[in-house]
Amino acid sequence: MNEKIQRPFTASSFNQFLQEQKLMGTRCEKCNALFIPPRAICAKCRSDQMTWVEFSGKGKLAAFTSVNIGLTFMNAQGFDRKNPYQTGIVELEEGVMISARLLGFNPQDPASIKIGAPMHVEFLEIGEGEEKRMQLAFRVD
Amino acid sequence: MTLRNRPIPRGVSIVGAGMSKFGAFPEKASRDLFIEAYKDLVNSVDKGFDPEDIEIIYVGNFSNDLFEGQSHIAPIMADSIGLVPRPAVRIEDACASSGVALRQGIIAIASGMYDIVLIGGVEKMNNLPTSKVTDTLATGGDILYEIPAGFTFPGFYAAMATAYMHRYGATPEDLMNVAIKNHENGALNPKAQFNVTIPDWMEKRKASAKRKGKPVPTWETTWDFLHDDHANPMIAYPLRLFDCSPITDGATAVLLVADEIANQFTDSPIHIIGSGQASDMPMHDREDLTTIGAARYASHAAYQMAGVTPQDIRIAEVHDCFTIAEIIASEDIGFFDPGTGYSKAAEGVTARIGDKPINTSGGLKAKGHPVGASGLGQTVEIWKQMRGEAGKRQVPGDIPLALTHNVGATGQTCVVHIYERRS
Repeated sequence: MNEKIQRPFTASSFNQFLQEQKLMGTRCEKCNALFIPPRAICAKCRSDQMTWVEFSGKGKLAAFTSVNIGLTFMNAQGFDRKNPYQTGIVELEEGVMISARLLGFNPQDPASIKIGAPMHVEFLEIGEGEEKRMQLAFRVD
Repeated sequence: MTLRNRPIPRGVSIVGAGMSKFGAFPEKASRDLFIEAYKDLVNSVDKGFDPEDIEIIYVGNFSNDLFEGQSHIAPIMADSIGLVPRPAVRIEDACASSGVALRQGIIAIASGMYDIVLIGGVEKMNNLPTSKVTDTLATGGDILYEIPAGFTFPGFYAAMATAYMHRYGATPEDLMNVAIKNHENGALNPKAQFNVTIPDWMEKRKASAKRKGKPVPTWETTWDFLHDDHANPMIAYPLRLFDCSPITDGATAVLLVADEIANQFTDSPIHIIGSGQASDMPMHDREDLTTIGAARYASHAAYQMAGVTPQDIRIAEVHDCFTIAEIIASEDIGFFDPGTGYSKAAEGVTARIGDKPINTSGGLKAKGHPVGASGLGQTVEIWKQMRGEAGKRQVPGDIPLALTHNVGATGQTCVVHIYERRS
């Protein structure tokens, strides 16, 4: 087993891992419950004995939408009413769910998107220059 | 788990309720809207009252900080109606802010600390362009893990809709039935933002095109209109414009008193006999995306406190921020079994003249959704309906028991109240 990762259980750490192209969550050392996004305190048994674990990045689509009227920071990436982006919730093979951008679907035909579709993680590079960063996304297999 | 739930230790009554007109009012600030609601409340108190007797004020408000650039609005609202130096408290639980403010007022009276409490709700949303309103509403989601994925508020409920449609076989048209019904009710509510049915809206659009010498749309039925991408554009699949509540300026106000002094104000008080509130995780951490867990907990707690069942409730105002939300709500409050709410709506069960009328006010969809004022707006409708004062939209027959269901954001908060009229 690898040496225990010493990073605080925060969104900042989660995002740092994303930049390293790792999908990381936490596991409760007391009851083994898994959490992604990470939690510092177990939502099941309230223990604060947590450890970082890497997730496989494989899962299936649990819920989705295709957004025509988007957030400002998404519109800045070129999306608009006629060019919607897809987002949703993916259930990972480890049994927990996470919110993420969805890739690989036909944006003009959201009705063709199928719940249960197999998905895999993709670290999506967005922004320019100093703003450049990895965003969590999942692509349909 | 079951939420701890004692009976209300001291009875609480509503003796007055009012609201501003809901809509888009560039000329009115939040305090102007609140004054309008308060004056409407004053006129609703049968035997009158002395504002001097009000002891504390709770104001529900979601995001005046961003919408109007003004925070700390509770004392401003209190001052606008002459109530300083009384304590003034702002409650923020996203779209459930004023439902929770009502609950805090109940707790204040039930505790014995106060006898006469003013509850308000206010939101002034139309100062910002739609794109900024979209961003502001999104702050009610999880800005660390949900918003970076691009979720908007229509997007969150759209995702619930896809999960619901997938599990139960509902269609986008099943969802839209809720909008058609709520506009029928809103057309009978003079305070509603959209005081018009969808068929009438369609005819107005045709007439307007004709008057302007533009090509007249060829819609023959309401469904032609609702399927038209120009008339009813997609906002977040599968939700179109008419699946969404509007951007609204509005305010609401309710006067709560201890039961034992209610007859000083009116011979027809409305008693609050059940109050339940619950919280939840963000959507991705929930076990089931086709229901709102906090709504189930809050409903259960309210029913337990009141000692009644969903079968006993005659009418409900539920949080239809989106059409799918009303369908899920109708199941979460126990009116219908999971997965059957959409067919009950299609059958007319939730219509004003149905067995279980929902959102006789027009709901958030047609009445309007000034976020922080909406929960208390539901109470205003229940007050009118239970006292037989709802005019053209009055539900026929007696209404001994009614319920309100007010959701914050994606359901991370829900607050449910049960009301009783004693003859």
